[in-house]
Amino acid sequence: MTDAFLKIEAITKSFKDNQVVKGVDLAFNKGEFVSLLGPSGCGKTTILRIIAGFERPTSGAIVVDGKDITDLPPNQRKIGMVFQAYALFPNMNVADNIGFGLKIAGAPRQERDARTEEMLKLIGLPGYGKRFPFELSGGQQQRVALARAIAPRPSMLLLDEPLSALDAKIRVSLREEIRAIQRELGITTVFVTHDQEEALSISDRIVVMNAGKVEQFGTPFEIYNKPQTRFAATFVGTLNTLDAKVVDAATKTVSIDGQTAAIPALPARAKTGDTVALTMRPEAVSLANGTTKDITLDGTVTEVAFLGAVIRLKVKLGENIVALDTFNDQRSPPPKYGEAVKVTLSGSDVLVLEA
Amino acid sequence: MKQNRTWAWIVFIVGAAYFIIPLVATVVFSLRMRRDYLSFDAYTSVLFDKQFHATFGYSLLISLFTVVVGLIVTVPAAYLVRLRLPQLRPFVEFVTLLPLIIPPIILVYGYIKMYNTSSVLPLTGTAIGTDILLILSYVALGLPYMYRAVDTGMRTIDVQTLTEAATIMGARQFTIITQIILPNIMIAVLSGAFLTFAIVIGEFTMASLLGRPSFGVYLQRIGISKSYEPAALAVISFAITWGAMGMIQLLSRFAPRTAVRNN
Repeated sequence: MTDAFLKIEAITKSFKDNQVVKGVDLAFNKGEFVSLLGPSGCGKTTILRIIAGFERPTSGAIVVDGKDITDLPPNQRKIGMVFQAYALFPNMNVADNIGFGLKIAGAPRQERDARTEEMLKLIGLPGYGKRFPFELSGGQQQRVALARAIAPRPSMLLLDEPLSALDAKIRVSLREEIRAIQRELGITTVFVTHDQEEALSISDRIVVMNAGKVEQFGTPFEIYNKPQTRFAATFVGTLNTLDAKVVDAATKTVSIDGQTAAIPALPARAKTGDTVALTMRPEAVSLANGTTKDITLDGTVTEVAFLGAVIRLKVKLGENIVALDTFNDQRSPPPKYGEAVKVTLSGSDVLVLEA
Repeated sequence: MKQNRTWAWIVFIVGAAYFIIPLVATVVFSLRMRRDYLSFDAYTSVLFDKQFHATFGYSLLISLFTVVVGLIVTVPAAYLVRLRLPQLRPFVEFVTLLPLIIPPIILVYGYIKMYNTSSVLPLTGTAIGTDILLILSYVALGLPYMYRAVDTGMRTIDVQTLTEAATIMGARQFTIITQIILPNIMIAVLSGAFLTFAIVIGEFTMASLLGRPSFGVYLQRIGISKSYEPAALAVISFAITWGAMGMIQLLSRFAPRTAVRNN
């Protein structure tokens, strides 16, 4: 915590009676790429705007490199920001847009021009300096917006859902470019998104937010594989939730639709007769084609979705339905609708979530 | 469908005739100063009149000052209302419409009462002071057109995001208004400016009651003492107004394009 470059200390923010950020404490390291991930209205954009200085926190502090900047106006914070709507200045060409921050800072023309050229090369648009924003595609405009944000060498980069307005293909390629540029420059970056795939693919760490609070803060691997709350588990990725009854708390044995299984993760406070919610990822479950793991359950196929490389099956166990992913194999076709199958999974892949 | 078109044409022709016939009659009348010939004598008489030059020059100068002061008032006002005080918008819109509701004669009587020689700010005591009062009166008169044009221009751009984008790069409020906002709403601003100019250049009531030598007062004086020259002046006034409107149309072609292209 002591080495943290950006500290968000006990931040709260209320708009009249509506508290949208509820005591958020976070610390980001220098050069780290952190994503604020959550559904609409969870407070992620408000936190970003508080870091930028566009919103004043109701309480708490923002500390950058050991300096409290809570009361500093946004134009003195030396932060770069990329907006969802690009926000390029329509009256200026690409070069003037990129050089704007340097011009405001009083950089001489020669230095501005050199830096603009450098930025155009960095974003893969050399020779585009004389073009106007309306002559560029959405992806190109957002790259220029990124160049404009980093041209004045800010201490930090804020990205407010910069890919949301782009189509799927451009979104994937641009997020890889953003990550590559961020790595090259080593600039501390805070990225706001509601797209879990986006956050998982490019972040060093992810802050999962819900209703103004931090649900979990960790690496993509931790967030996906070891969710700490029910919200984090259900919001990130697909999750099976099976209702089971504890039949023997001492041996951690439960009954899932009449079929027994041992669950090592069953909490000690669970008593015999309790109903618990068991969760597991679809990729943790497989068809028992000759090989079985700790737990094997009988069921009936109710859905077969061929997704190309992956086939997603839904198997009815009784009251519970479990989804499972299996790789496409041209030598063995998937089971058919209504076919009786056995599914298998490791007890260690099952999580019992807190409510 | 065909019947609908016929009716549309009939309505168009009647409407056009309503506007064009008096205008053509005025033009023809203005050319009949010389008996049995069509000539530009009325125009020559007016254009070489020193009073015409003096009053037109005066009104031109007053119009330019009106436009400049109007812009200094409306652009920051519309910007701040849009960005920081959107709850005040209905009130500000109502205030800007007041000059359309209150007749100019009432407005100018109010000004004379407020700024006469025995008031705290005796603007009517000197010629310069009265000119300043006339400019401020015209700013109020042009407010409905100027504010609306500027506000409409601001609706076409994302004022908040552009402001935030410039602010985070270190720009101050003045730089943002002059370098980012104003250039992007320039066409709307010029539209408002030309509308104000067209209204102010021939205004009579305020200038007359404040005793200033404006083009409107000259028009009225010529109208009661001569017969063909007023028609020529009316045509010249029409030409000036149309010129201003034409400039709005011409400038709108150069509006900055802000649309985002799809990939």
